[in-house]
Amino acid sequence: MAGVTAAPASRSSAASYAPGAAFIFKKALISALVALVLFSLMIGVRTDAGPDGQLTYWTRFGDLAAMVATVFGGSIVVELLRQWWGPVGTVRIVPPSVQSGLAVARRAIAPLLLVFTFLVPVIFYNERYILDLGILVLTYVMLGWGLNVVVGLAGLLDLGYVAFYAVGAYSYALLATNFGFSFWICLPLAGILAAFCGVLLGFPVLRLRGDYLAIVTLAFGEIIRLVIINWQSLTGGPNGVTGIPRPTLFGIPLTPGDDGLAAMLGIEFSTTHRIVFLFYLILALALLTNWVTIRLRRLPIGRAWEALREDEVACRALGINTTTTKLTAFATGAMFGGLAGAFFATRQGFISPESFTFHESALVLAIVVLGGMGSQLGVALAALVMIGGFELFRGLEQFRMLVFGLAMVLLMIWRPRGLIGHRAPTVFLHHNQAISSDLVKEGHG
Amino acid sequence: MDYFAQQLINGIVLGSIYGLIAIGYTMVYGIVGMINFAHGDIFMIGGFIALISFLILVSFGLTVVPVILLIVLLVSMAITALYGWTVERIAYRPLRHSFRLAPMLSAIGMSFVLTNYSQVAQGARVKPVPPIITGGYTLYEADGFVVRLSNVQIIVVITTVVLLAIFTWMVARTRLGRDMRACEQDQTMAALLGVDVDRTISMTFVIGAALAAVAGMMYLLYYGLVDFFMGFVAGIKAFTAAVLGGIGSLPGAMLGGLLIGLIETMWSAYFSVEYKDVAAFSILIVVLIFLPTGLLGRPEVEKV
Amino acid sequence: MSGDCILSVDRLSMRFGGIVAVNDLTFSAERRKITALIGPNGAGKTTVFNCITGFYKPSGGSLKLTHGDGREIQLERLNDFRISKQARVARTFQNIRLFPGMTALENLMVAQHNALMRASGLTFLGLIGAPSWRAAEKRAIDLSKLWLERIGLLARADDAAGNLPYGDQRRLEIARAMCTEPALLCLDEPAAGLNARESAALSELLLAIRADHGASILLIEHDMSVVMEISDQVVVMDYGVKIAEGTPRQIRDDPKVIAAYLGADEDEAIAVMESGT
Repeated sequence: MAGVTAAPASRSSAASYAPGAAFIFKKALISALVALVLFSLMIGVRTDAGPDGQLTYWTRFGDLAAMVATVFGGSIVVELLRQWWGPVGTVRIVPPSVQSGLAVARRAIAPLLLVFTFLVPVIFYNERYILDLGILVLTYVMLGWGLNVVVGLAGLLDLGYVAFYAVGAYSYALLATNFGFSFWICLPLAGILAAFCGVLLGFPVLRLRGDYLAIVTLAFGEIIRLVIINWQSLTGGPNGVTGIPRPTLFGIPLTPGDDGLAAMLGIEFSTTHRIVFLFYLILALALLTNWVTIRLRRLPIGRAWEALREDEVACRALGINTTTTKLTAFATGAMFGGLAGAFFATRQGFISPESFTFHESALVLAIVVLGGMGSQLGVALAALVMIGGFELFRGLEQFRMLVFGLAMVLLMIWRPRGLIGHRAPTVFLHHNQAISSDLVKEGHG
Repeated sequence: MDYFAQQLINGIVLGSIYGLIAIGYTMVYGIVGMINFAHGDIFMIGGFIALISFLILVSFGLTVVPVILLIVLLVSMAITALYGWTVERIAYRPLRHSFRLAPMLSAIGMSFVLTNYSQVAQGARVKPVPPIITGGYTLYEADGFVVRLSNVQIIVVITTVVLLAIFTWMVARTRLGRDMRACEQDQTMAALLGVDVDRTISMTFVIGAALAAVAGMMYLLYYGLVDFFMGFVAGIKAFTAAVLGGIGSLPGAMLGGLLIGLIETMWSAYFSVEYKDVAAFSILIVVLIFLPTGLLGRPEVEKV
Repeated sequence: MSGDCILSVDRLSMRFGGIVAVNDLTFSAERRKITALIGPNGAGKTTVFNCITGFYKPSGGSLKLTHGDGREIQLERLNDFRISKQARVARTFQNIRLFPGMTALENLMVAQHNALMRASGLTFLGLIGAPSWRAAEKRAIDLSKLWLERIGLLARADDAAGNLPYGDQRRLEIARAMCTEPALLCLDEPAAGLNARESAALSELLLAIRADHGASILLIEHDMSVVMEISDQVVVMDYGVKIAEGTPRQIRDDPKVIAAYLGADEDEAIAVMESGT
């Protein structure tokens, strides 16, 4: 499309369209006017219940003026930036030398990132906050990789992924608190139960296509959450499950007692041991997810997933059973979600339905799409950016969702195809060359 | 029987509200082919604007209820329509010809933005208002059980019917309606024939948002409260209604809305209130599986 | 019809609502022969294909496939992917349906899905990298290489299918269908959009497929030079019914056929007569 246009041509057209100051001013004025109307009642007026329960209001014209002024100024800045940057959607021609340099950097980034991740507990041993953040990021990396099987490879849009996360978490929590099963027995069970739920949901809905599948999975996620809230006798309802046992190192607890790991090794007990253990545990689980996914892509089932994303009709003509193929993708993704859920439960020690809202599904989906559908490295980077970015705004607790939502909109406009937008082939004869994202389909179901 | 009759009335009123929201989903899906995830939140914003303008009017000493209602209706429709327009302009238009998932995520992002925006601007607490329209008629009374039809219910249903009639006429008879149907069929061809596609799509969002604002105001009148989170669940249910009726069909959206409203009310009345949303979502799943083209939708033939 | 039939279509009908796309169609295709299905646009040819390959369920009639070992399969009772998996009928599409984001090699590997699934022990043997799986994978790559070589695309094996020129995509789709090792190959307008040289190469490829692989071919084609050159048998359809059947020579001189084309489109009729001479 527009990408074919050579860089000089687009530059000259940008120059010829360069709007004058009057134009920018006019545009900003219109934006400010729109903002004035939009914010007039919502920000200019604040309602609240008075002491007698009666709703009263007071005006905040100062805030309103500030907001409108911000929009006015922002509009000018955006317009100037746009002029400086040139038209959106133009492909900038990168010199081959830079391109090959980038390719080398790209190849180096994954191993470097892995080594760095391994060293995080060593480098930041005394920084509890960073370790906790690392565990959080890795949890989302794992969730992203799990959902990537469904969305990125098979092209099935799943907006209810959190349901499987919840099934995994509650499986572990309930099995451990009711029957005293250990983490290492519950972990595979949680994965199996979640995969089973994936099949259960998948069986009826997988012939739906695209947006319908998205909305049905969303509904399924909500149903699971509502059932958890309302089935109080089993799940504890909104109060959740407390006292979930902490994980053990194959039976050796990480406690200060005599049978604890510290005592056995003859070192002084520290709560950091458990954090470090959890860090490596989730790292191992995430790497397992990654390894299995990479392996599966090179097997017929993985190729069938990708073929399904590319063209379902052609798959049927080639004798591929599309229903079972979709089901395996759904179940595989669900299983990883379940494993991550079990980890979440043991890490928190407490779970409640509040942790499993639609917002989580949207976050994981955003990670997968921002990562560049199907790219393992992209998903990991996207998880780092999203969760890390989220942490930066921790101080603005009440604006968090606002920032998150805006970030989603802007990231999609900036990179609709994600950070890493090309696909690596699963098998090659002569040379392993990446496939441009313009050719790769997104799937219809 | 009396109980059933009362629930029937309640269900129809609730269904009218869902139907009004569903029209926005159905029109946007018909033209742009995307689920406007932010539409439920547009409905919520409409409710808030109705609430605030109502408070202001009352504090100015206006007491004639029909005048208040008319002004509140017009103000909330106008401002909410602008919200709809802005959302399309910022979050969807740059992604019009992009990959399928991008506008969907952008829409989800926009939904979060609107929810959180109301929360920050107006606080997280539920906003109750005293009943604005009181009175009603007793249709039937026996054994201490009363079947009542309140004035609010009458107003909700009449407003819905009138608006539905106006907008159905608009889509069927006016230039704008014809442009909309043309864009629905083939945007490129419509553009070649001189239809301003951008403007038509913008207008679709504006109309959808205006109707959602009406729904928000009706919700406020009927339940006497609004809160920042009411858009999400109402949105999913209205989408269910749109699909049930057949996506792209205006009467279908209304019919679907009525059915969802009735089912939800009856479920709450006869089974359990806790699981009423589960019931609504289950219906969504069942409908999509067994009746993906809805009641009044066109069947889709798979092209090979 | 006598002889060794691979496919016999008996009184096939397909209705969409009130429209009758195929009406009471009877014909058969012989084993190791190329049977062409021709007719003006809208005659119902692709509908027949969609019935044979399981994308439509026929409104009436029967479709019997007879394998070389005498095994008979009623195609109208199978649906969807089973036509390819169990009945071994492969097809190509009028508007090419490759996997554009996958390489040419990957496209051919996907076609061997069912055989490879068995070899990978339903994924589990493959996951642990069992030697039997590795051997099977190598054989699959060799088969793909063989086909890439036959269609002259070995050098472009690692290019995305969507990046290949149009003619190459057409040939790759045929190679992909052949990788399923079909008994019957159904080609929907394989020469559409090809230039004269590419059409000639296609004819050669199809003749080679018949000669070397013993495949039977059913072909929809508008390019009469291809039809006349390679077909053993031609079935002519118009408005959903069969109007003629015979060898290319018989068909060329059949006044009914000429009338059908003349009635449909004058240029097309002239083209038919000219290309036939």
